[in-house]
This record gives sequence, structure tokens and C-alpha cells, in this order.
Amino acid sequence: MTNLVLDILSWVLLCLGGGFVLIGGIGSLRLPGFYTRLHSASLTDTMATILIFTGIIIQAGFSLAAFKLLAIMVFLLITGPTASYALANAALQSGLKPDADALDESQADPKNPAEREDVE
Amino acid sequence: MNKRLGQQGAVGPLQLGGLFLLLLVSWLLWSGIYKPLLLWLGLFSCLLSVWLAKRMGFFDHTQSLTMRSLLRLPAYCWWLLVEVIKSSLAVARLVLSPSLPISPTVVELIATDESDVSKVILGNSITLSPGTVTIDVHEDRLLVHCLTKKGARDLLQQEALRRSSKRPGLD
Repeated sequence: MTNLVLDILSWVLLCLGGGFVLIGGIGSLRLPGFYTRLHSASLTDTMATILIFTGIIIQAGFSLAAFKLLAIMVFLLITGPTASYALANAALQSGLKPDADALDESQADPKNPAEREDVE
Repeated sequence: MNKRLGQQGAVGPLQLGGLFLLLLVSWLLWSGIYKPLLLWLGLFSCLLSVWLAKRMGFFDHTQSLTMRSLLRLPAYCWWLLVEVIKSSLAVARLVLSPSLPISPTVVELIATDESDVSKVILGNSITLSPGTVTIDVHEDRLLVHCLTKKGARDLLQQEALRRSSKRPGLD
């Protein structure tokens, strides 16, 4: 019984993880510009990694393999942002300006989304 | 992963030995195969790692990570996990919505009293949650690119909470 529950749980996690990879891919294609695409890549980087690895860990059961998987997940979660930073910083250093506003509280909110539609 | 060791000052044998022991134990745990050749290789790579760590100034930056921050690690990880899940859902919704309602924003965080290690942790935590990416760390300023205005505002709010230490942190 517990086995079945764990199995279902792990498969739900794995499928959700796969879904996040897919959404991250869609986002990379849909979003305009370099920096915004980076955001959807981090969806794959972070959320999908956590979900998929948790799924596999449940499949592995309580064993050395599970511990190793956990370690791999932690390493990925530490190195992922570092790589993202390297990428973003390289772009910034080589002069790619982010097409972004500074945060200005006085700006009226509702018109923002419409305004940014045509940004490429 | 690098926070077990010691206080400050010159690199003592205690720090070197501590790191060496830690590496050795993790090697033994992860290898699981205890043949002489592999054991020697493990010993060699542990020594090499300690030497490299010393060479790259690893021991000069450990002073801010004390026992206290180690104890706070679980709460911080949990908080980060919740944040990651929340922001992932937000970004997923943005990406999938037909009108793509993004409003890219750049905000600047000032981290004056943080140590180098704390800045790295802060920057990486920000990048780890989808929707915000640290794009530059220079001196005391962190430049953060946010996917939406709301995300930027939330980030600043969290930052203010962290300052008043109402939120789990490591320092």
C-alpha cells in the first residue's frame, strides 16, 4: 500500500518536473530578449531539478543511491545559479543593456503590462 | 557545502585537517568500493582538493560561516524552497498566458555589511528563484533583473524583511 502511494507520488513529481521543463522551453522561445529568456531557463534549472530529483529519490527508496541523488541535486542547485550569473554577467559586461525600467513607485501600475508588450 | 570549518586568521592545521577529513569521509561514503587502488586515488584527490582550496584562498573566506549559520541552514533552505515554488508558479503562469504580461525591471540591492560569502549566498538565492536573476555584483551593490515589476517589488520587500531579520537568513 505504501509502495503504491510512494510510486504515485514519485510519478506525479516526475511528471510535474517534466511539465516545468516544457514550460521553461516554451518560455525560452516566447519571451523577448536575452535577460527575460534567462528567467524561463531558470524555471528548468531550479523547479524542474527539484521535482525530478525528488521523484527519483522516492523511487530509489532509502539507500545510498538516494543520498547520492540528493547530493547531485544540491550540487546542481548550487552550480546552476552560478552558471546563470556567469552568463548574465558576461552579457552585461560586453554591453548588452537590459531592456528594463528602473523600479519607479510613482509610475501608474495598470498601464505597464500593455506598455511592455512590444518590447523586443 | 564549505562551511564546516573554523574561525578566522591564518590557516591552521586544524582547518586544513578538518577539510581533509570532511573530504575523506564524503569520498568513502560516496565511493562505496573499498579496493586499494580506489582508496589511494581517493586519498590523492582529497589532498589535491585541500591544496587547491588553500591556493584559491578558500580559508580566507570561511570566517563568516560559523556554527550559528550552520544551525540556521535548515530554516533558510525551507524558506528558499517555498519561495522557489511560489515564484516558479508565477513565472510559469506568465509564460503560458497568451498576452505575455511581462514588465522587465532592474533593481539594485545594497549589501554593505555582508561578507563576501553572504553576498554570494544572497545573489545565488536570488538567481535560484525564477523571475529574478542577479546580473552583477560589484563592491556593495547587487544588480538584479526581474521579470515583472511585481517581482521586483516583492524582492525589495523581502530584502527589507531580511534586514530587520524577520526572515530566515544565514548571518
